[in-house]
Amino acid sequence: MPVLRSARTFLGIVPFAAYIAAGLGAPAVAIAIGAFQSSANGGFTLFNIKTATRGVYLHGFETTLVVAVITAIVPGIVGFLVAYAIFTAKRGALLRRAVITASGVFAQFGGVPLAFLFIATLGTTGLATGWLTAIGFNPTAHGFNLYTATGIVVVYMYFQIPLMVLVMLPALEGLRPAWREAANNLGAGWWQYWRYVGGPVLLPSFLGCVLLLFGSAFSAYATAEALTSGSVPLTAIQIGSFLNGNVLAGQQNVGKALGFGMVVIIAVVMVFYAVLQRRSARWLR
Amino acid sequence: MAAVVGDEMVQDAGPVPARRGNAGWLRRMPVWRWLILVIVGIYFIIPLVSAFRFTGTSAFPAVFRQEGFSSAFELSLKLAVITTVLTLVLMLPTTVYVHLRLPRLRRLMEGVTILPIVIPPVVLIVGVLQVAPGFLKSQPYLLALEYVVLAMPFAYRAFDAGLRALDLQTLVEASQSLGGGWGTTLWRVLLPNLRASLLSATVLTVALVLGEFTMASLDLYQTFPVWIVNFDQTSGPISVAASLLALVVTWLFLLAISTIGGRRSRRSGGAEVSMFSVGRRNTGGS
Repeated sequence: MPVLRSARTFLGIVPFAAYIAAGLGAPAVAIAIGAFQSSANGGFTLFNIKTATRGVYLHGFETTLVVAVITAIVPGIVGFLVAYAIFTAKRGALLRRAVITASGVFAQFGGVPLAFLFIATLGTTGLATGWLTAIGFNPTAHGFNLYTATGIVVVYMYFQIPLMVLVMLPALEGLRPAWREAANNLGAGWWQYWRYVGGPVLLPSFLGCVLLLFGSAFSAYATAEALTSGSVPLTAIQIGSFLNGNVLAGQQNVGKALGFGMVVIIAVVMVFYAVLQRRSARWLR
Repeated sequence: MAAVVGDEMVQDAGPVPARRGNAGWLRRMPVWRWLILVIVGIYFIIPLVSAFRFTGTSAFPAVFRQEGFSSAFELSLKLAVITTVLTLVLMLPTTVYVHLRLPRLRRLMEGVTILPIVIPPVVLIVGVLQVAPGFLKSQPYLLALEYVVLAMPFAYRAFDAGLRALDLQTLVEASQSLGGGWGTTLWRVLLPNLRASLLSATVLTVALVLGEFTMASLDLYQTFPVWIVNFDQTSGPISVAASLLALVVTWLFLLAISTIGGRRSRRSGGAEVSMFSVGRRNTGGS
């Protein structure tokens, strides 16, 4: 069907475009402008950006990046293994359906309720803490504290692993049985199949999914805030405290610079994601 | 055979042939499979058990009697209704229109609708509070307007998947040749065919609104999730009970989608909602 490229054809998406522009575009532009605006007189300045990339805020970016990288890679691998285990199970089997619906539930499960679940588990009086102490491994004595960055990593896995299962399954479905049979017929073993066929085909999707997990962990706010009440310096939490009014005079716009920094980092990640998706689209259609 | 089936032909692809999984070495690894599933399963089940142990059964009914519960829950429900209606009214016609008239924009739409997932909500709310006009800022309904943006990725993907499974062109032409206008076509022809997509978009939107904490707390409104946290200061078991209730409600919602969506897709071979299109679903088969 030829596409009519007249202006009238585009009228139909005007409401959508207008909504996006007002609800997403305008706030984004306001942040980008505010990041370069002096809090005092509104003039152009690099002060906000400089402040946001130093000291406690630089440390915030570092902590956020470390947490996001760990909670992208570890759940990425675990989630892949689970997805593959489910994928090789029989189609429509109870196990498969149960894991897929459970993944849907847990991937949506974040924020406050999740934090409480883990406080009841690994907090100072938590159930698992009690069990571990009973077998002679007190987690606190071994340096574990739920209310630190380490704790956040443990908690984030609870929604990151299911998210990985959900996003990885469609890619696995693209792995044609015919390829495996062909490899088998040509005498390829397990290792050779994964080294020369399955691995190269899945690698771009796998990396794409891991980048998605990175974005999800990078921008998470609610879970960390509820768990640590803001004691761990994550960039998202620092931005939140700007909104809550905990701010030095003359630094109001530093919050916007932090937001701008987050968007820039995510944008870089998304460019990688788009490139990887294009590569995987070649095979997985 | 293994022909590459384009998006437009999805509805032609019959049921995917049963996977011949018993070829060789793959079947020899069930031990690995069980080991992984059991370890991961333990990680997921222990927190739930702990939470139940912590709350006990008496805390559950107490949740509903707490001060502020009803007003917070009411606000969340109101926001959920407004958001859902706005999202459906905005996204359904737009997605249908793009599929029919501007199929080339589908890639762009996919890109645009992933933006709300990409831009952290905590950043978005900073910008929103900056640009929102005063009369909106003083109302909680500003949140509903922004939740529409947050729900867009899910709604668009749900409708996109549903429309891909339909012979849209034929349906619309048939309706119009019988004298149906655009309204009639949308309401009486497409809507009934998109019931599964509609349901999943609705449920995902409702789940999102009922669970959203970041924007609501920073906009200083006591929605249900914000209430749970503020409440924590006074009584632990009851907020954990409220959290478990929130989990169960989300789970029931999603179970409803998967049941109804699953029944539908068996009939029509499509309408499966995949949140992120990392690699298309394989519809070719061999």
